[in-house]
Amino acid sequence: MTGAPPDWSRFDARERLFRVGSVVIAAAVVVGSWEWLDMSLRYVGSAPLQVGDLLGRMYPPDWAYLPNAVGPLAETIQIAVVGTIGAVLMATPVAYISAENTTPNKATYALGKLIVTVSRSVHTIVWALLFVVMFGPGALAGTVATAVRSIGFLAKLLGEEIEEIDFGQVEGVRATGASPFKLLVYGIVPQIKPALVGISVYRWDINVRAATILGFVGAGGIGVQLFQAIDSFAWRTVSALLVAILAVVLVSEGISAYARKKVR
Amino acid sequence: MATESPASPDSPDSLDAAERRTWRRPTAFRNRYTKWAVYGAVLALVVWSVASLWITPGRFISGLGYGYELIDSMLPPETGSENIARLVDRMIETIAMAMIATVAGIAISLPVALGAAGNLSPRPTYYLSRGIISVSRAIDGLIVAIVAVIALGFGPLAGIFAISFKTIGFFSKLFAEDLEDIDMGGVEAIEATGASRFQRLVYGVVPQVVPRFAGLAVYRWDINIRSSTIVGIVGAGGLGVLLQRSYSRYEYDYVASILIAIIAVVLVAEIVSAVVRRRVQ
Amino acid sequence: MLETENLGKTYPTGDEALRDVSVTIGGREVVAMIGPSGAGKSTFVRCINRLVEPTTGSVRLDGRELTGLGEDGLRNARRDIGMVFQEYNLVERLTVMENVLSGRLGYVSNWAALRRNFPPEDIERAYELLDLVGLGDMENKRVDELSGGQRQRVGIARAVVQEPKIVLADEPTSSLDPETSRDVMELLTDIAAERDVPVVINIHEVDLAEQYADRILGLHGGELVFDGPAADLTDESKGVIYRGEEPPESPAADPDRPSNGTAGEGTPEITGNRSNAGNGRLPAED
Repeated sequence: MTGAPPDWSRFDARERLFRVGSVVIAAAVVVGSWEWLDMSLRYVGSAPLQVGDLLGRMYPPDWAYLPNAVGPLAETIQIAVVGTIGAVLMATPVAYISAENTTPNKATYALGKLIVTVSRSVHTIVWALLFVVMFGPGALAGTVATAVRSIGFLAKLLGEEIEEIDFGQVEGVRATGASPFKLLVYGIVPQIKPALVGISVYRWDINVRAATILGFVGAGGIGVQLFQAIDSFAWRTVSALLVAILAVVLVSEGISAYARKKVR
Repeated sequence: MATESPASPDSPDSLDAAERRTWRRPTAFRNRYTKWAVYGAVLALVVWSVASLWITPGRFISGLGYGYELIDSMLPPETGSENIARLVDRMIETIAMAMIATVAGIAISLPVALGAAGNLSPRPTYYLSRGIISVSRAIDGLIVAIVAVIALGFGPLAGIFAISFKTIGFFSKLFAEDLEDIDMGGVEAIEATGASRFQRLVYGVVPQVVPRFAGLAVYRWDINIRSSTIVGIVGAGGLGVLLQRSYSRYEYDYVASILIAIIAVVLVAEIVSAVVRRRVQ
Repeated sequence: MLETENLGKTYPTGDEALRDVSVTIGGREVVAMIGPSGAGKSTFVRCINRLVEPTTGSVRLDGRELTGLGEDGLRNARRDIGMVFQEYNLVERLTVMENVLSGRLGYVSNWAALRRNFPPEDIERAYELLDLVGLGDMENKRVDELSGGQRQRVGIARAVVQEPKIVLADEPTSSLDPETSRDVMELLTDIAAERDVPVVINIHEVDLAEQYADRILGLHGGELVFDGPAADLTDESKGVIYRGEEPPESPAADPDRPSNGTAGEGTPEITGNRSNAGNGRLPAED
């Protein structure tokens, strides 16, 4: 902005102060963070080398291992399916009480928001830690963790959809003499069904990805094999498993994108 | 108007009319058989899943009993001053890791995003960049973190590596979409003045995407704070390290304190991110 | 036959939208209800099927008292009242046929409603009505793909498929262009004649009211200030309805009227004359 004609600048003084100020603060925090972490540059410098070395040991992938991975991969998808369905069942009432236009009162609204916040703030793996204590190691703990983690996401998006409901459409059905149940299936469900299906399928796709790591805490899925291979430094098995995970994730992402495009 | 020619049952197409007097709700699928096939397949998948995951009411009920014990041993959360001091220490480490990883991740993302923008990049670069994005998005952060811990050793550096790696896929994908949405007319106008490729970028492209860039950066920072709280579970620094340690020692009251700290950090980050994004856009 | 007696509505905010409206509507009359916005037209029709709960007075349909009916009774009564809305109020994501059939919801089981499984007579009737309103081949189109005029025809078909004893239309033309508005008015009058039901239409455009209605009700400030055949609607009565002027006997208002610009013109400018309202009493909400 230098060399501009007199009195011309892109932003006024306050706006510029805000912009410059936020950049300076961000920069200071980054520098401060670096200092705090006290990481030697020597390690940072050798990091690419170390990673490259590891990648070298991963090649070529041990494809022969993959038949053993079919079962655990199926289990990963199963965890995502059941976890998502469980989450949808539990999230629907939570969405209902966390939408401003349907929540019965202030207390239920606050409760809805609290459930959404706690569910979303705690990572799947942490939920899995807790549920392994409850249900013991295995896929059940992973499924419940997946479900609990998804409630917040689903309830938040579904609640926003409920807040968008056009009550004119409901009124039109009510005027014909329809009962509350018919109002629900005829006036309300058609308005939120596409969103419900779309959001659920999207979450299932996220859950497939999340379920690949549950094995780290013993909560089932392909992660069990993966982390065993890592522990025994079987790097070529690790890379084969990573490729398999990549394929499953991409396929489920494709299914999810296709389904969401079809539902409207 | 329609009323001028009401279709009576005696009109010439009454045969047709007699036939079309049944109606069934049209299906969203290609036909009814596809619909039942899809529903059947989904149902079969669910039944098979529930059966092979061995989900039974009995296991649930006994789990609830242990759940009660777990909650009982978490309350009240640990508040000893030494433990709180360690907690605060790890909290700062968590935030610092997220900061560095955001900056590093975005720095690497920029060329990838440019390469993944279909309107600005040649085909081979485009497919390479899209490939990087897919891999980064598909592999969960914790897996990357474990591999990083093995390659780089325990500590925040591994966490920063993992979070930066995950940032690349997310940031490049969304930023590439913004780059694809820019108004190419403005870029052409700059090009018409005889500007070089670099000048075109600086004058034609950058001004159009700066606000979105800032918004995305802050959004990703918010996500990175979340990741940063848990990568420590595999030894990659931050609050997760404490969580893993106290969990394996059955110090559930300290686990509760750590969980509260995690939720607090995540919430504050979410609020900061929301406020800044509103200011920027 | 619809009878209202001293019908009144005061909203919780204290606004008195409707006061002591008593009318009898029967036969195959087309009744247009006119009045400035905020006069209580919409409140009146919604009080009839109790989409808005009246606070005083009574509504009788074919001798049955509707006020005070319980949930079930009210639903049964609503089956006999067809309603057409300004914003169509169709379920946008459902097909035309599903929307028309929703008029029969009061007669089918919950399970049938869920499956969209209506009796063949209902489907037959729905097809006939779609032909009548000129949407013969559109039964499987989704409503959100239709134009405003087409949507309103679906709305009319939904009201008529109920086989109602009366049809209420709340500003059915306000969201439509002039030509489509006339088509819709024509359709509503045809329905009154063919189905032998009275039709009550709230309407903004006085010219449409005069052209299509047999009888006109004028509301001002929630009160019925005009009730008579369309032919009797004079410029004086329009002044009473729209500007709250005293009836012609009042000497104060008389000399001003010819200069108001409405005399001699078929269509009074409803909004344009607000500035002349100073000599009348205006309702507070206007």
